[in-house]
Amino acid sequence: MEIPYIVEERPDTGFNNATLGIWLFLSSEVMLFGALFSSYILLRAGAAHWPSGASILNIPLATLNTFILVFSSIAMVFAWAGTKQGNLPQFKKWMAVCLLCGLGFLVIKTFEYKMKFAHHMFPSTSTFLALYFTMTGLHALHIIGGLIVNSYLWGPGSKMFQEDQRHFSHRVEIAGIYWHFVDLLWIIFLFPVLYLL
Amino acid sequence: MSHEYHDLPFWRKYIFSTDHKMIGLQYGITAWIFLLLGFCMVLLMRWQLAYPGQPLPLIGGWFGEDRMPGGIMLPEFYNQLGAMHGTIMVFMGIVPLAVGAFGNYIVPLQIGAPDMAFPKLNMTSYLCYLAGGVVMLASFFLPGGAASSGWTSYPPLAVIAPIGQTAWIIGMVFLISSSLLGALNFIVTIFQLRAPGMTWMRLPFFVWAQLVTAFLLLLAFPPLEAGAVMQLMDRVAHTSFFMPAGLIVSGQHVVNTGGGSVLLWQHLFWFLAHPEVYVLILPAMGIVTEIIANNIRKPIWGLKSMTYSIIAIGFLSFVVWAHHMYITNMGTAISAFFQTTTMIISIPSVIILTCLFISLWGGSIRFNTSMLFALAFLPMFGIGGLTGLPLGLATPDIHLHDTYYVIGHFHYVVAPGTIFALFAGIYYWFPKITGRKMNEVLGQLHFWPSLVCMNFIFFPMLIQGLAGVSRRLYDGGASYAHAQPVLYLNVVMSTAAFIMAAAQFFFIINLFWSMFKGKKVTSDNPWEATTLEWATPTPPGHGNFEHPVTVYRGPYEYSVPGAPKDFSPQCEP
Repeated sequence: MEIPYIVEERPDTGFNNATLGIWLFLSSEVMLFGALFSSYILLRAGAAHWPSGASILNIPLATLNTFILVFSSIAMVFAWAGTKQGNLPQFKKWMAVCLLCGLGFLVIKTFEYKMKFAHHMFPSTSTFLALYFTMTGLHALHIIGGLIVNSYLWGPGSKMFQEDQRHFSHRVEIAGIYWHFVDLLWIIFLFPVLYLL
Repeated sequence: MSHEYHDLPFWRKYIFSTDHKMIGLQYGITAWIFLLLGFCMVLLMRWQLAYPGQPLPLIGGWFGEDRMPGGIMLPEFYNQLGAMHGTIMVFMGIVPLAVGAFGNYIVPLQIGAPDMAFPKLNMTSYLCYLAGGVVMLASFFLPGGAASSGWTSYPPLAVIAPIGQTAWIIGMVFLISSSLLGALNFIVTIFQLRAPGMTWMRLPFFVWAQLVTAFLLLLAFPPLEAGAVMQLMDRVAHTSFFMPAGLIVSGQHVVNTGGGSVLLWQHLFWFLAHPEVYVLILPAMGIVTEIIANNIRKPIWGLKSMTYSIIAIGFLSFVVWAHHMYITNMGTAISAFFQTTTMIISIPSVIILTCLFISLWGGSIRFNTSMLFALAFLPMFGIGGLTGLPLGLATPDIHLHDTYYVIGHFHYVVAPGTIFALFAGIYYWFPKITGRKMNEVLGQLHFWPSLVCMNFIFFPMLIQGLAGVSRRLYDGGASYAHAQPVLYLNVVMSTAAFIMAAAQFFFIINLFWSMFKGKKVTSDNPWEATTLEWATPTPPGHGNFEHPVTVYRGPYEYSVPGAPKDFSPQCEP
């Protein structure tokens, strides 16, 4: 017996296996970053004074990073559409854009970290910076994980396109759901909470 | 399909296997080894508690001058053993055994699935667990030894502890990743791979238990992972997530800048660790229900209310965590909230236990070894649960907190509770895995001393705790005036622990003897059970079922009036 519902949906649950799996995974990610956010609230509420993000962090660079991630999510959608429509070159092109955006985000992030270190701002300097480095660092690890998966799909993994286009498209979709989540994490959580609040 | 599988090379078949049954066995063997190690650690501690300052005979010289000079245990080593006993038993022994081993092996069989939904993730989950376990054990050989701040790793103690604590955190990250991958795999498997006709209310109770457990693991572990990352930052990058300002240790200021919250760690830790308690007990309830249903030869009384109860426990277990923190200064309003939820969660637990007790009424009970262990689970878990009620109320907890009463309470739940259920499960499913039954005489020799000794170990703890003996005393209370009237119990407990250790040899002998020489089973369904795992070949091949199965009835239809046999398997129309 083979494992069923790898690509097609199970009628009574309305899911296939990996779609359900990735949403469960994301729910646990929500708990992970939710715990960090709760810690942020608790530590901030208990602090005698709390710096505004703008006075320490570089908002223009972070805004640029936000737009890069928004664009990478759009690129991911076009790449996925390419696999759906049987257009491998379109997939390859947009996935490359998506990968470059992810890399660009990390380069800018590294640059931001370096500027902080140059000004003698370390995680140990203050609780705000500790939270900043921990949260953005953990997010950067998630970006790196997404880049590894996406570059596999762009490179060796794309051989599957010829053998089983539907299955491949499904894989890109799953990777896309994760990628959008990681982008959203930055756009609606880390960027506003750390830089703007 | 099964033929192809047999042709796989050794390392693909036994080490990097993707078959849920092999992974279940890998989990099982590894977890039993850890369980044995954790038990040996506590035996060393029990010698020190009963005979403080006396050299350990025979093997005292094995542990080196920096741990037990002249066979006498150093306090630092005692602390390491205590922390690692808890960590090993909970995270590397019982959970991997109850979920990783039993869940992996049995759940796909019971729902009529060919394998887990994600076999490669399943393999990764086991390898992460193994890596975490190796890191934890290796930490004993670091300078300063293994983690010594208790299994709860409370800061600031854990932040200023030697390097072993860093290894503990890294090991925990591996174990958390392992259980995360396992949990989502279980949920997807149970949602997606049920055989046709296997509706939700036809799921065996064991599968329900595993499903709720998987949700707890999925959602409760990430906050501890966040906490672990923050504690790692506190230790390595000298941040102050959990560190108060102006902390002075041994006359020197700690380098952390301060401004953190010690309570934050406790909240993050117990947000995991209270659901974790239910992770420890729910699969045990599942196993016990399977075995009781099979050996009373009649339906489980109130199966539906048991199912709803276990779901209720799953939800409620997320809102009781701070009952571990009454004596911190978190405030009476919060204490009132958490003692209310704690009292509420005892109701579904009592419903499950009561249903199992009532099920026994009027059954023609078969007293084989697995049933004896399952029956012993009921009162033992009952004592464990009921002794928890005073701890769940904020006022008596002020007296009982951090005394031996707490140790007695949760060990009653986990040791003669969960571990007995796990033993029961081994005796029950052994014929499916090996094709041979375990020896009944050796089984009884294993069961009776274990049952008696368990009570002689843990009941005196309740007495000592009520007398106010702290759980953290390296000498067992010998130097404390108020511990003197109950001090003699230390020797009773330790003697019982050593006898129980001896009784486990009957189990080990039985396991290996039965594997090769045990009585062969004549059918695929030696216990005449109804659930689907007994409809597979013995042992099940790759892909499990020879023909696609369809489910026609509920899980425990025993002694149905008018039926040709006293059991009606789920897959027979």
